Amino acid sequence: MTDILVLIEHADGSPKKVSNQILTAAKTIGDGDVSAAIFGADASAVADKVGEYGATKAYVWGATEADEYATEPQVAALAAAIEASGAPIVLYAADPFVTDIVARTAVRTGGGVVADAVDLELQGDRMVATKAIFGGDMTSQCQVEGDRTQFVGVKPNSFQAEASGGGAAEVVELDVTLPDNATRTKITDRVEAKESGRPEMTEAAIVVSGGRGLGDSDGFDLIGQLADALGGAVGASRAATDAGWIAHNHQIGQTGKTVSPQLYLANGISGAIQHRAGMQTSQTIAVINKDAEAPIFSIADIGIVGDLYKVIPVLVEEINKRKG
Amino acid sequence: MRIICPVKRVPDTAAEKKLTDDLTVDRESVETILNANDEWSIEEAMRIKESRDDVEVVALCMGPDSAQQTVRKALSYGLDAAIQVTDEALSGSDATATARVLAAALKDEEWDVIIMGNQSSDARSMLVPAMLAEYLEVPALTYAKRLEVGQDGTVEADRETAAGHETVQASIPVVVSVVEAINEPRYPSFKGIMAAKKKPLDTKDLAGIGLSPDDAGYAGSATQVLEATPKPPKQAGDKIEDDGSGQVGAKALVDFLVNKKFI
Ligand SMILES: Cc1cc2nc3c(=O)[nH]c(=O)nc-3n(C[C@H](O)[C@H](O)[C@H](O)COP(=O)(O)OP(=O)(O)OC[C@H]3O[C@@H](n4cnc5c(N)ncnc54)[C@H](O)[C@@H]3O)c2cc1C
Ligand SMILES: Nc1ncnc2c1ncn2[C@@H]1O[C@H](COP(=O)(O)O)[C@@H](O)[C@H]1O
Repeated sequence: MTDILVLIEHADGSPKKVSNQILTAAKTIGDGDVSAAIFGADASAVADKVGEYGATKAYVWGATEADEYATEPQVAALAAAIEASGAPIVLYAADPFVTDIVARTAVRTGGGVVADAVDLELQGDRMVATKAIFGGDMTSQCQVEGDRTQFVGVKPNSFQAEASGGGAAEVVELDVTLPDNATRTKITDRVEAKESGRPEMTEAAIVVSGGRGLGDSDGFDLIGQLADALGGAVGASRAATDAGWIAHNHQIGQTGKTVSPQLYLANGISGAIQHRAGMQTSQTIAVINKDAEAPIFSIADIGIVGDLYKVIPVLVEEINKRKG
Repeated sequence: MRIICPVKRVPDTAAEKKLTDDLTVDRESVETILNANDEWSIEEAMRIKESRDDVEVVALCMGPDSAQQTVRKALSYGLDAAIQVTDEALSGSDATATARVLAAALKDEEWDVIIMGNQSSDARSMLVPAMLAEYLEVPALTYAKRLEVGQDGTVEADRETAAGHETVQASIPVVVSVVEAINEPRYPSFKGIMAAKKKPLDTKDLAGIGLSPDDAGYAGSATQVLEATPKPPKQAGDKIEDDGSGQVGAKALVDFLVNKKFI
């Protein structure tokens, strides 16, 4: 029996979609208990909602330090949760800030980390991760070896979240002693660009992106309309973020974010290798580009050769009509 | 003030990659370059150097002999010196082993700020900055898109979040990782390239930084690659020519999306 601890990402008092996906995966793949580690002032509220996706226990730490200081309070709490649960495997959402927490915890506790899994398999007591390497050109299987905690990061959308109808998880309050230096990185300000209720780009099931072919920043209004019609998030190529048409945190590719949504719709993007490195593991790829020779067509499941300024307005209208 | 810039030699993204029999990147068969993200950290360090007196910037690279080329490239941006850790036993190092080696290399060095890329283009793990900070027992300001190093030793950064950014603060000594949005890196000048050849380069092996062969490479790594296979090339789907009005293209796309249940 191999128990699994899932580090929960949450916002507004609920687990994020990616955490429900990972809980579902842990329950399906694992052969032992699945528990959740939840930190921050909202921890108790979040704990009420993890049983539904298969967690039988929730290790909570509700201290506000988890919200006011970067990384290190959570490192102390995660180490405490690992100790309390005795779980040899920790699954987490492969997201930059969570990666920091896990990286430090692994070094502090002598564990090992495999990041960015798109599939998981339990082989004996090892969690074997499948990951895309070299921008999706190759696939590899990796594992943590030896007698140490196995930390495995899971990419959003690698699994489907399914409520398993389980009862509420048993809540265990963690006893966390913060070392003095855990509060040395203070968060002094948070600025949220309000984004009209669109899903988070790395988590979204559908990503609609725009590139240099948009011609100017107004083009992103059109991309936004299409994203909203499909319930998706907005992404961009580096040419578009470099031009200042949209913020850098929307950039997809080698030096931006990696996304693997169910549908990726690229508009006015040529498909340079550095862009493909951030999106080619998407399940379905659709393309609108006026140049029939653009390399992006070679990885498209459907390609429209045409002017995006002509095609997208009709497309938005048609989608809205079909949705009724 | 002394700033350290860890720099990595990586295969050129645009080149075809091969794996060796032991499932690591065959770095000898492809063209290698300085990790693009490390150009932003070098640029940031150079801007600090140029904005005040008494700043020394030192590159730190763990890699084989041939990585010296990468180190010289880093120096060509105007850095003062470099440290390279080279040892046969380094081959196969994962993020944990890499961070352990980089930390050990800095044990007897004086430094105030370490500025590094948030990610390497080959491993893409994003693990090394936080792991290095943990080994060195210092705070880390990661994913910075703005960095301010105050005269009083306060370091402030804006870090990208999914919906915007947050501002974080710590004091030196500190590790900082930077993202692309932080600056526009310069090109090395001809003078810089010539000068780089003569800048001091301190080469050390594992023993020289107080580690044993078991601390690095395969032996010192916590993870193992079991298998790696090329992905079969994707079969491109239908390509539909629009009629210039948008109607034909939009219709084909809507049918496709309905068919796939996206609508
Ligand atoms: C180290 C490094 C890192 C990089 N990292 C990234 C990264 O993370 N992400 C990234 O995206 N890029 C990255 N790049 C840049 C990358 O190489 C390309 O330059 C970039 O992706 C090009 O963006 P684009 O496709 O929008 O522009 P272009 O290549 O200029 O393509 C524009 C496309 O729009 C089409 N088009 C024009 N007008 C219309 C119209 N009216 N209707 C329909 N189609 C139209 C054109 O046919 C063309 O195919 C990186 C490069 C380097 C060297
Ligand atoms: N072998 C290495 N030598 C020096 N610095 C490295 C090495 N590997 C990684 N780094 C640093 O760690 C950063 C993040 O890399 P990674 O965690 O591998 O994605 C890089 O931008 C480098 O600054």
